[in-house]
Amino acid sequence: MSAREEVLSRIRTALGENRPDVGVPRDYRTADERPAEQLREVLVDRLEDYKASVLRCGPDQVGATVAAALDTGLGAGWDPASVVVAPGVPATWRPDGATEDDGRPAVELAAFAATLTGVAVAIAETGTLVLDGTPLSGRRAVSLLPDCLVCVVEAGQVVGGVPEALSRLGPTAPLTMVSGPSATSDIELQRVEGVHGPRTLVVVLVA
Amino acid sequence: MTTAPERTGPTPLAPGAPRSGTTFLGLPTAPRGVGHLRGDRPFPDAARDALRDGQLRANLGHATSTIRAKRARVVGEVPDWEALRQAGKALKTATMARLDEHLLELERQVTARGGTVHWARDADEANAIVTRLVQATGTDEVVKVKSMATQEIGLNEALEAAGITPHETDLAELIVQLGDDAPSHILVPAIHKNRAEIREIFLRTMPQFQGPDADRDLPDEPRRLAMAARTHLRERFLRAKVAISGANFAVAETGTLAVVESEGNGRMCLTLPQTLITVMGIEKLVPTWRDLEVFLQLLPRSSTGERMNPYTSMWTGVTPDDGPQEFHLVLLDNGRTAVLADEVGREALHCIRCSACLNVCPVYERTGGHSYGSVYPGPIGAVLSPQLTGVEDNASLPYASSLCGACYDACPVAIDIPSILVHLRAEHVEAQEKLTPEAAAFKALAKAMSNPRLWRLTQRAAGLGRLLARGKPTMPPVLPPPASGWTRSRDLPTPPRETFTQAWAREHGR
Repeated sequence: MSAREEVLSRIRTALGENRPDVGVPRDYRTADERPAEQLREVLVDRLEDYKASVLRCGPDQVGATVAAALDTGLGAGWDPASVVVAPGVPATWRPDGATEDDGRPAVELAAFAATLTGVAVAIAETGTLVLDGTPLSGRRAVSLLPDCLVCVVEAGQVVGGVPEALSRLGPTAPLTMVSGPSATSDIELQRVEGVHGPRTLVVVLVA
Repeated sequence: MTTAPERTGPTPLAPGAPRSGTTFLGLPTAPRGVGHLRGDRPFPDAARDALRDGQLRANLGHATSTIRAKRARVVGEVPDWEALRQAGKALKTATMARLDEHLLELERQVTARGGTVHWARDADEANAIVTRLVQATGTDEVVKVKSMATQEIGLNEALEAAGITPHETDLAELIVQLGDDAPSHILVPAIHKNRAEIREIFLRTMPQFQGPDADRDLPDEPRRLAMAARTHLRERFLRAKVAISGANFAVAETGTLAVVESEGNGRMCLTLPQTLITVMGIEKLVPTWRDLEVFLQLLPRSSTGERMNPYTSMWTGVTPDDGPQEFHLVLLDNGRTAVLADEVGREALHCIRCSACLNVCPVYERTGGHSYGSVYPGPIGAVLSPQLTGVEDNASLPYASSLCGACYDACPVAIDIPSILVHLRAEHVEAQEKLTPEAAAFKALAKAMSNPRLWRLTQRAAGLGRLLARGKPTMPPVLPPPASGWTRSRDLPTPPRETFTQAWAREHGR
């Protein structure tokens, strides 16, 4: 008997004939009725709690605010060519002279100082940004290797809780949920921001 | 009842001993001689040494109290926590009831999206599959994401035996690996080490600090220690051809796998190498995508005490031009089906490895994880390890608890750990072929208590214990065997000068 057949047969033996029919009570919250502006305020609060920086702006100021975000992350005088941009990021958001991700071998992305992407959805209660591998979010390595990550979140992308976010996502896309910069609590349970992922996270919230 | 043969010796196995036991339905438990589910010593012996280590107790007390406070704060801010908990429990129960069907659906979905699914009856088979897959790529080193399943099966040892170097990339696992140590906590494997001890390990073992020209300036601040780990691993991530991970969840209906982490080492491993091999216990499934909305709320708040962990990665098979282009999923039994066969004990398979029960346990807080002898320590380990191995191979673990119930309250999927502990104790007692001194004592006591005359005689005899106590309120802890089995971990009160009935008779007459 193959291992597959044997494991399946063991499971059937273990469970026997009378398998319980189990109902799942879903009495938890699946929607958040708070006004959009209130949800955005919660998102900002949670992001800042986890040491991300947040800059807010109107829809026509995204480009200038992204530049300010890069000032925050890299310090003034950064080189636009050292910023890699996910291919679906609108032209008006991009710094002049930034490099678009051209699908080069992933490890070469480590040479860039910063990354600019959009997001698929943002979760207010947990301060989470979700990237979904579409051209706007970029492939996974783009938002991973450069040490500074700038994400633009648009007003309609902010939801209250985890259930609303998952219902908006395609489960088979390569998904990355980001909540603050890379961190560890492995030494005496003391949280330290910045290990292997980007050590700086700056969020541009458009509303 | 278990019919597991009596244990013949500690791991590694004595020659000629049976490789594994079986449960009453004939389902095999995890084999001996491989992996890390069995300790060399019974819990009370190992715990006695741990309790004498003042530094260990200070480190553990500090760490567990810190994380308890963080967890309480973030759980307290969720108004529907109990509803989530009950949904999580029901989801796990429903998953187990149809486990074979869900696994087949998972296999279909992963395969349809370009992944390859392998099945492993036990640790040896899983280790052989992974070793063969790594060898097929031609590489001799792999990067690893922290994974309980690969710790359980002793994958690192198997890879090393085949000439493959595994690099642990989680900071705490790295500390454990560099220190040639063993993990002592599910979430924070180096919880038993403080910053000064970690600094010493790094300075001693990391190549960047060796050689005459090396800059050995490394303060013991956590931030600087984390940066040293970043430097140490960066090059290894960028050159790795193969990564090995576990999985926190797998969604049957979509084939999606999820890894929850903090540092970004998981993302490095899951994203950069050409080949990804994931080893997952068969119980890690959830039936539908929607079910993750429950567990992605329960897990981070219960484990690290955060609203959400910094990074969660989810992937389905292979995505062209994004991440590994070869994906293997190894589904591991290794005693899990034996656990599933026990209608009371199977709830232990609901565990999502958050470690909240460790942090609230008064026994774990004092003894630490090594005393349990298994990669699964603490309350959940005390119910999971003996079931995976057969209770006779971990017979002391069901007793490693005061049954206070704090673990049950903290568990995000409401596993009734105290009830399973009592169930396993009963199973262990009933499996004894010979009469133990404790059982003999209780048998004699039962006889005495059912006969008034015998009972009075017994009480009078017990009064002689006052001679041994020499006026102290408790009997000396060093009574000769078999009484020492009781007194070494419990206070035995000195018998009173007279019994209640004697005092009543004296004061009130007959």
